[in-house]
Amino acid sequence: MASKFINITLKIWRQKNSKAKGALETYTLNDVSTDSSFLEMLDQLNEQLINEKQSPIAFDHDCREGICGMCSLYINGRAHGPDTGITTCQLHMRMFKDGDTIYVEPWRSRAFPIIKDLMVDRSAFDRIQQAGGFVSVNTSGRTMDANAIPIPKADADKAFEAAACIGCGACVASCKNGSAMLFVGAKVSQYALLPQGKVEATDRVLNMVRQMDEEGFGNCTNTGACEIECPKGISIENIARMNREFLKGALTKA
Amino acid sequence: MSKLNSRIPEGPIAEKWTNHKNHMKLVAPNNRPKIDVIVVGTGLAGASAAASLGEMGYNVKAFCFQDSPRRAHSIAAQGGINAAKNYQNDGDSVYRLFYDTIKGGDYRAREANVHRLAEVSGNIIDQCVAQGVPFAREYGGLLDNRSFGGTQVQRTFYAAGQTGQQLLLGAYSALSRQIGLGRVKMYHRHEMMDLVKIDGKARGIIARNLVTGELERHSAHAVVIASGGYGNVYFLSTNAMGSNVSAAWKVHKRGALFANPCYVQIHPTCVPVHGTNQSKLTLMSESLRNSGRIWVPKKKEDAEAIRAGKLKPTQIAEEDRDYYLERRYPAFGNLVPRDVASRAAKERCDAGYGIEANDTNEGVYLDFASEIKSKGKQAAYALGDHDPSEERMIELGKKWIEEKYGNLFQMYQKITDENPYETPMKIYPAVHYTMGGVWVDYNLQSTIEGCFVTGEANFSDHGANRLGASALMQGLADGYFVLPYTVSDYLANEIRTGKIATDSPEFDAAENEVKETIDRFLNNNGSKSVDHFHKRLGLIMWNKVGMGRSEQGLKQAIEEIGLLREEFYKDVYVPGSSDEMNPELEKVMRVADLIELGQLMAVDALHREESCGGHFREEHQDSEGETLRDDENFKYVGAWEYNGSDSKQSTLHKEDLNYEFIKIAARNYK
Ligand SMILES: Cc1cc2nc3c(=O)[nH]c(=O)nc-3n(C[C@H](O)[C@H](O)[C@H](O)COP(=O)(O)OP(=O)(O)OC[C@H]3O[C@@H](n4cnc5c(N)ncnc54)[C@H](O)[C@@H]3O)c2cc1C
Ligand code: SF4
Ligand code: FES
Repeated sequence: MASKFINITLKIWRQKNSKAKGALETYTLNDVSTDSSFLEMLDQLNEQLINEKQSPIAFDHDCREGICGMCSLYINGRAHGPDTGITTCQLHMRMFKDGDTIYVEPWRSRAFPIIKDLMVDRSAFDRIQQAGGFVSVNTSGRTMDANAIPIPKADADKAFEAAACIGCGACVASCKNGSAMLFVGAKVSQYALLPQGKVEATDRVLNMVRQMDEEGFGNCTNTGACEIECPKGISIENIARMNREFLKGALTKA
Repeated sequence: MSKLNSRIPEGPIAEKWTNHKNHMKLVAPNNRPKIDVIVVGTGLAGASAAASLGEMGYNVKAFCFQDSPRRAHSIAAQGGINAAKNYQNDGDSVYRLFYDTIKGGDYRAREANVHRLAEVSGNIIDQCVAQGVPFAREYGGLLDNRSFGGTQVQRTFYAAGQTGQQLLLGAYSALSRQIGLGRVKMYHRHEMMDLVKIDGKARGIIARNLVTGELERHSAHAVVIASGGYGNVYFLSTNAMGSNVSAAWKVHKRGALFANPCYVQIHPTCVPVHGTNQSKLTLMSESLRNSGRIWVPKKKEDAEAIRAGKLKPTQIAEEDRDYYLERRYPAFGNLVPRDVASRAAKERCDAGYGIEANDTNEGVYLDFASEIKSKGKQAAYALGDHDPSEERMIELGKKWIEEKYGNLFQMYQKITDENPYETPMKIYPAVHYTMGGVWVDYNLQSTIEGCFVTGEANFSDHGANRLGASALMQGLADGYFVLPYTVSDYLANEIRTGKIATDSPEFDAAENEVKETIDRFLNNNGSKSVDHFHKRLGLIMWNKVGMGRSEQGLKQAIEEIGLLREEFYKDVYVPGSSDEMNPELEKVMRVADLIELGQLMAVDALHREESCGGHFREEHQDSEGETLRDDENFKYVGAWEYNGSDSKQSTLHKEDLNYEFIKIAARNYK
């Protein structure tokens, strides 16, 4: 790793709380190692702000390795920044050049209100999950042996690919309609593809979609922006599968 | 008099748990809704406990500091989960998993707990599959397994390199179901600030709503702490940024003993440190040691040339490479336990053979070239090509690797800007897991009545070294299959208690204390950031309470941490106010506890004059650099009682470990 140091200008969204009016503020930051991650660069800026007794920038993060889904950020107009297939915490400063100006904003969506600066409230996702994103099995551990039902590898692999969603919300943030169909479609698909999930498939999809609508997410008009920005490569096929499940369900329940 | 009663049931090891379950008290279904239980933490341990207790009908309140239970640090576990299913028919059994875990822990774990863990391990896999966890499968549709360190069987179940994610999402789905049904109330972005004790019993917590800053009082008939491990005392570790010790430490301050704090697991395969602004270290899963071979150059000049950028690893001839694990431990080779592999890497780097061009030259290679070829050849044969060309083998081999470890390879590439399909990974040990934690008895109850501790936050099952893929197993075993019984047994005496009021003097006092601490930090007007102190603490810990520990170093660490604590209280600066989202305030409260803990770790490491598992005292090693245990004097759990913020004043209590069912022996992986 041949590290280099660059100087950058940052335009960052500052907003004191959910009710306050926000605005972009400008900061300059020097000597940023290109081996740093984007969030380490923000740490460096915060350290500078704290030393100047200014208020540091609030942003969400935890695992810093692309799996917890906690980090967000709209960077230069793209969810999770200019690289593909990664989260913001996996973005590295080697993607930027000396002298660059970088815009950093929170996820913007009606269903994700801003809490402070770059932090948003994504609990709508949890409520969708609570409406039906599970198999109704008690935790006795004695339902049946794990190998009792063989599952074709292809189905298991597809279910796994759908289950790889980290619930970050980039799909919603990058959709002009603020639709959550990729997120919900991934969960519905995971279960629909597995025998254990099939029993409740109908109720599940109807309940999850109802909750999704109640939370104020927009409709899907097939623009495909979600799939492009999804850090986990969740395929838009999952939306089609959910639509099929939904139609099936709506017909049988009607 | 010792305060420690481990409450291990009588009888043969294989019958203890069953007998105990048959004789524990129960709470009738109609009484359960009258009883409140608090669960702090919703990682694998907490989510599984909260879901199970909610399902039984108790009123459960669950807390986590992240914005959703799905984000707990458990999500980051990569490699897999162990279970004694013997699906591979390679000689595995409950006994063998029990034995491997005791031996792996260097004979410093409690037999009865470990046996119970092995017994219920199979049910975990059944449970997860029933929940729709998409484990990896073979072409026949059955579950696939891999090997982990310290074992000679294949008992690890996995979902690519995202096993923790899939298991946590499974537990989260069970928890979500209970939240949806109104049986669990979830408090996300809430941090437990203190435990409230009334008449010696755990009766509730003070929590801070991290969005509004408000302090809240929550009462309960029992409190379950599932707050994870304390690896972040080193600042740099593979843990998530928010992982901390505070919930466990608050319980400790209120009277629960803290056991074996010095047992820390340093994981051999992590991406090496690259610079001073680095915020965390990234693990490359142990499962990679199934396929990768670890080496450094045999010649010092080659190592130097590599560091200077004049040679590439691929240019070093086979005979000039030192596959030091295969050389030193032929029976287990690259799959020796973590502590052994880590020390061996340090030994080579200290001797001057490290290959990373950072300040300390600390790095070794993890090389996939042989595996790519051999798996490529197999794949070609499977396709009917019995004479594949070199290129064909490499092409198919890379595809095989991608399927098994794709996300890890991508992660590595993003961090280092190097392609591990073409050149060996550079790795080095990093702090990863903490075996120590709150002391609990067989029922997972701490020395405070009604306060249970589970998951990485307790000390119970892994002795002085945890085997890979066993933390996930422990978290789920305790949450799904142990706590529902043992917490009920305790609650059976609470059915007449009635709702616990939150306007008592005990709640007033606890809330006031929290308020005072917060105000003190906010008005401190110091000059240095919280991270400044956290990094300095981490450096002391890594250099003196890290992979190699000596009497002199530990004594220095104890003094240095004491001074650091004083300076911290004088000079730390915390911006903002208490009635808003304030991440710096969250951090300062956590670092205050980490400092006290760090000092206790050094005190514990100094008192334990032997080497065992992850605890390596340089004075206690044999001529080949292997650990020398002292069973005569140290075959006990060291559990400390809190006596104020200066951890030198803590009092030691001992729980003797009796090995009735396994013959205690020197650990040998040669
Ligand atoms: C990178 C990595 C890979 C790993 N891979 C494996 C593996 O392959 N196999 C394996 O077996 N183990 C693995 N481990 C270890 C394993 O992941 C952990 O030991 C385990 O997940 C811990 O689970 P837990 O439920 O105890 O705690 P955590 O998952 O850490 O959860 C802690 C919970 O407590 C909450 N919390 C903490 N403090 C407070 C507070 N004060 N107030 C409110 N809430 C609080 C948090 O919000 C969180 O919900 C890995 C660990 C790491 C770091
Ligand atoms: S579908 Fe992709 S973008 Fe949307 S929440 Fe899941 S991982 Fe994030
Ligand atoms: S911080 Fe966890 S995904 Fe980015």
